[in-house]
Amino acid sequence: MQHQDWLFIGVFLVLAPVFPAAALLIPRLLAPRKPNRIKLQTYECGVETIGDSWVQFRVQYYNFALIFLIFDIETVFLYPWAVAMDQLPLFAVVEGILFILILVAGLMWAWRKGVLQWS
Amino acid sequence: MFDPINAIAQWLAKLLAGWGLSSGLVNLILTLLGVVVVASFVLIVDIFLVWVERKVVARFQDRLGPNRLGPFGLIQPLADIIKLLIKEDITPVGADKVVYNLAPILALATVLMLWAVIPFAPTMLGADLNVGVLYIVAVGAVGTLGIIMAGWASNNKYALLGAMRTVALTIAYEVPMVISLLVPVILARSMSIHQIVNMQTIWYIVAAPLAAAIFLISAIAELGRAPFDLAEAESEIVAGFHIEYTGMKFGLFYAGELLHALTMGALFASLFMGGWRGPFVEQAPILGVLYLFLKAMFIYWVIMWVKYSLPRVRIDHMLNFNWKFLTPLALAVVMLTALADKALVEFGVSAGSLSYSLSMLAVNLLIGWITLSLLRSYARIERRRVAAPRPAASPEYSGVAKS
Amino acid sequence: MTPLQIIFILVAAMTLGAGLMVVTARNLVHSALWLILALFGVAIVYVLLQAGFLAVVQVVIYIGAIAILMIFAIMLTRNIATESGPRFSENWSWALVIALVLFGTLAWMLSGWEGIAAQAPAISPRFDTVRELGLALVSPDGFVLAFEVASVLLLAALIGALVIAWDRR
Repeated sequence: MQHQDWLFIGVFLVLAPVFPAAALLIPRLLAPRKPNRIKLQTYECGVETIGDSWVQFRVQYYNFALIFLIFDIETVFLYPWAVAMDQLPLFAVVEGILFILILVAGLMWAWRKGVLQWS
Repeated sequence: MFDPINAIAQWLAKLLAGWGLSSGLVNLILTLLGVVVVASFVLIVDIFLVWVERKVVARFQDRLGPNRLGPFGLIQPLADIIKLLIKEDITPVGADKVVYNLAPILALATVLMLWAVIPFAPTMLGADLNVGVLYIVAVGAVGTLGIIMAGWASNNKYALLGAMRTVALTIAYEVPMVISLLVPVILARSMSIHQIVNMQTIWYIVAAPLAAAIFLISAIAELGRAPFDLAEAESEIVAGFHIEYTGMKFGLFYAGELLHALTMGALFASLFMGGWRGPFVEQAPILGVLYLFLKAMFIYWVIMWVKYSLPRVRIDHMLNFNWKFLTPLALAVVMLTALADKALVEFGVSAGSLSYSLSMLAVNLLIGWITLSLLRSYARIERRRVAAPRPAASPEYSGVAKS
Repeated sequence: MTPLQIIFILVAAMTLGAGLMVVTARNLVHSALWLILALFGVAIVYVLLQAGFLAVVQVVIYIGAIAILMIFAIMLTRNIATESGPRFSENWSWALVIALVLFGTLAWMLSGWEGIAAQAPAISPRFDTVRELGLALVSPDGFVLAFEVASVLLLAALIGALVIAWDRR
């Protein structure tokens, strides 16, 4: 297939973190290092930190992530369909649209049920 | 044909082969050089972006912006970098050191990775992947991870809150983005960005203005820029996920954000505005780089314009807008584009021709008109609901009894 | 060894190591991050197998969506991420024996299969795998039924998951 192109991506993958990492190494040489207890405290606008930094999140985040996951998978299925568009007969295009409509039904259901409402 | 970059590459290939290196090794060295050239070029542009951003925001706010160092303050970003480099590096107590240091690297590296698939000129492109469009989505997904890592590793409530908000927003707006990206893929019959640019004898913004608009809006949301910047709402969570980062680590997040905005501009330009296309680009491919960056800068300027003109949107409005407006609209656009494409090709209108683009534009205008009239009737109902008299003390309306 | 084989061995080692860290890390968030590295390793293996589409899909779905979902799930809990309990169940030695036996059996069975040593035929550069996949997905002699059933399955997953996760006030 496209060895050359993936080679480029691979080399890029290896080198891309090197640039920012190098930028992080320079301050190690130049910047002062005088840590003290107050300076290293968690920054909450000067107020003393109370308790753990662990915040318990609401289940809504999870619900929206679920809907996102479903639609993400759906779209991934649609990409090969879109690429082959010019070779597909009309009924194959309609199949793809049917595929979308079934999921639109799901979206509508979630909408009517009020799952999409952030409160 | 004036094409210095490929000429240099060929000359180097010959030189290295002359030293007796195997062809595989020559190829590897050339690829390595190509990557270094692309990445460092993009990073140099990134430094310049600091100046652009500061100058433009100043103009929007009726100020002068940096103007002391060098002509028009052009040396200002170098001063900024020196300042960031000699700042003390503070790792807050209780932070997860490895993850904390990895997060800013990931944030900038993922944005850099996006440039691997953007074609700079007809003869200058890094990787012509046949899955280019999905590659962009994939790299963007990894970028989200950097934010989660930063927020979690900082051991700070605000940082974690900001990170979770950002991620919730990013993944929500990724849905219309991925769906709207289907439209150029349908039009070009390919996921390769090189191929998509090649097909655009007429810019796709003509044939797919709605998809372009959806992509731009969701790109701004993915950037976490105003009006979608509740991730770093200063009044609520101070700075969001990078609250605990100082010095160069913060600088990497900042550089990553600026570069991400320009990258989105370059992607928009490649997908909808013809990428490197422009006059005389066939004769001198190097001009393509100029055209691409001009277009990217224009989109970058639009993004800044939006950022500095609009106030922040509330989170529920933001999610409503995404799930109840953008996503259904994007799905409708994809379905109708696919149908219209099939119908047009059946009637003998070849894809990419002027009549094809204009018919697509008509379809888009029709969808836009239907959407607007739906919105108008919804707004009418909403106005009536708001205008209806409601006794404030009744528990039915005040909402107290509900919860 | 060809360069591809060397890369494969490195990536496979990285994936396995990350997988091991997933189950041994004391911190749940660390486990999730190691899992992401393991999933990324699998994506690279797909690239080495010339399945570029699967590779990007692996990253988009598994890292971009499922891993994020897992991290959200961890964040939903009351701080259990750093809870220090025993990492392994008492039966881990038995599990190890069974896993080794299973692996050995699979390896033995596969080594007897004549396809194991066959070279993959080279794909011509004109052959667009994504296009072929798209054609196969919606053609009646291909996978059109599976394609539509996938849509219904996704719908069922959406409704089911939301019914379970959504608390009515």
